[in-house]
Amino acid sequence: MSRPTVDDGTVPPGGGQAGSAPLLGGAPEPTIFELSHPGRSAWSFRTTGIPETPLADLIPADQLRPEPPALAEVSERDLVAHVTRLTHRQFSVDLGAYPLGSCTMKYNPKVCDTVASLPGLTAVHPSAPASLTQGWLALLVELEEALCAVTGMAAATLQPAAGAAGELTGLLLMRAWHRSRGEDRHKVIIPDSAHGTNPASVTLGGYEVVTVPSDPRGCVDMRALRTVLDGDVAGIMLTNPNTLGLFEEDIAEIASAVHEVGGLLYYDGANLNAILGIVRPGDMGFDVVHLNLHKTFATPHGGGGPGAGPVAVSERLAPFLPGPRPVRLDGDGLEPSYGWAVPDQSIGRMHSWHGNALVLARALAYILLHGRDGLRQVAEVAVLNANWIRHRLSGTYDVPFDRPCMHEVVLSVRDLRREHGVRAMDVAKAMLDTGFHAPTVSFPLIVEEALMIEPTETESPQTLASLATALEAIAAQARRDPDALHAAPRTTPVGRVDEARAARRLIATFDAR
Amino acid sequence: MDVPQDCRYSKDHEWVRSEGGRVRVGITDFAQDALGDIVFVSLPAVGTTVAAGDVIGEVESTKSVSELYAPVAGEVVAVNEALADAPERLNQDPYGEGWVCEVVVASGSDPTTGLMDAASYRALTDG
Repeated sequence: MSRPTVDDGTVPPGGGQAGSAPLLGGAPEPTIFELSHPGRSAWSFRTTGIPETPLADLIPADQLRPEPPALAEVSERDLVAHVTRLTHRQFSVDLGAYPLGSCTMKYNPKVCDTVASLPGLTAVHPSAPASLTQGWLALLVELEEALCAVTGMAAATLQPAAGAAGELTGLLLMRAWHRSRGEDRHKVIIPDSAHGTNPASVTLGGYEVVTVPSDPRGCVDMRALRTVLDGDVAGIMLTNPNTLGLFEEDIAEIASAVHEVGGLLYYDGANLNAILGIVRPGDMGFDVVHLNLHKTFATPHGGGGPGAGPVAVSERLAPFLPGPRPVRLDGDGLEPSYGWAVPDQSIGRMHSWHGNALVLARALAYILLHGRDGLRQVAEVAVLNANWIRHRLSGTYDVPFDRPCMHEVVLSVRDLRREHGVRAMDVAKAMLDTGFHAPTVSFPLIVEEALMIEPTETESPQTLASLATALEAIAAQARRDPDALHAAPRTTPVGRVDEARAARRLIATFDAR
Repeated sequence: MDVPQDCRYSKDHEWVRSEGGRVRVGITDFAQDALGDIVFVSLPAVGTTVAAGDVIGEVESTKSVSELYAPVAGEVVAVNEALADAPERLNQDPYGEGWVCEVVVASGSDPTTGLMDAASYRALTDG
């Protein structure tokens, strides 16, 4: 049984292939609780000079625990070693190419980290008065203006914590706008290729989901859309390009049809990377746009790390934005230039303080680093890279919608499955053995055995060639030795896990007993 | 792909089998295969009155969450409680141990209306 490799000498390795990632030993890493030793702690004050007060004197007895919580007790040294070892068992964007479709796992320039680490930004308390935080306020205002310029919108809120929070914010803004006109609408339209967060946000926002199918080109079926449009439709949520990586060519027609019945258009900004500096959601007719700053504007993400999901809106929705918002003040030059203001009919706060502020700082750094022409080039290279992959692999895997794509391409493992019993999951797991992160699998749902590849603009042509060669080697192995792929990955610290059992019998707590 | 002759099928990949005054409902072999390993099933409440096409529950697999639709109109009179602890039965035996619920068909309605026979369903899924 051999694993697919690309070291046959014909393809020089790309810089994004992490096949050499070292690991010392194959032992499992113990949990932090197994490293615990009673009485140990990572930090303690040696001499504070302050007398100790018994807890019982400070907290009412009925609010005190009978015994301390069962937390792990470890030294700083052991804690750092444990976390460092866990880090070395992970695949990360800094380690190699991460073509996880829909997630835009681009490399994040280190200069953005440098900016986000400036003490002038990190050492400011969020409740400090505006007169002492003019720098932060200028940053936020400038970012809002830049995001509005990129999306073609009039105003934005920077509060939402990430994409789904942005979606909910957008839906609440849509409702506030309809209600201000004396209308109470109940339905929101979503295409069947949508991100799963869209129907979830619609439901959380108190609306009913109406699904429209995709047509044979992979775009919204206009005829089906017209049959569900009526005066009870609050709006439609679209991502353009859509999750198949295809541009919704009928967007102008969709926009006028939805506007005709008094509905609004919501732009899911998850795929904004494909159109930066080329076309703007506002110009396509959208009324509300969320941006995933952590995807498009370079903050390391995944694993629950902080994101930011600003929502930009057209002029008519601006009075409803969450507040307080950072604003420019018309001063005489002696007064502070920036302050806070709550819009007239604000829907209220969507986040404590001012959102995930350091992600916002990173985003502005990224935008200024690239400039207008640089952002356009980001989109151009992202689209070029995805199309290069599509063209190179179209003879090896099925391409269900084989026409020029945008920033990502959806392949199907359907034929390999029928003929050799190899599924998209097997191909994805085998990718790990070649030193790449796996593509997204099983999404979008309307494609059987989908492999969704988003190479992003940050991978070199050499890395793209290595990635394609790895996928070709896996397809060849699927025909020759499908069982080897069922056993993949074999070189990772953890092999194939039983995902069904993990979901059915999840044990999420450690019990030393 | 297993498509038993004694069932009728909906386009949403549910099967219906008449069993003495009531119909048993489940998801097809094609559906369980497309979903992959099923990890959770939410079932309708006994006593619920449903119209054909109503959402009556959800099936969650390691790949996705899909809605279950009532293939016929009527009242839910029994659900397969065993699926709560053993959702894998939907994968292992979709037409037997993996049944989902039983419905007493609304009086005057024909439980076969809008449903396919085995040959038509096979043609649909082979496409």
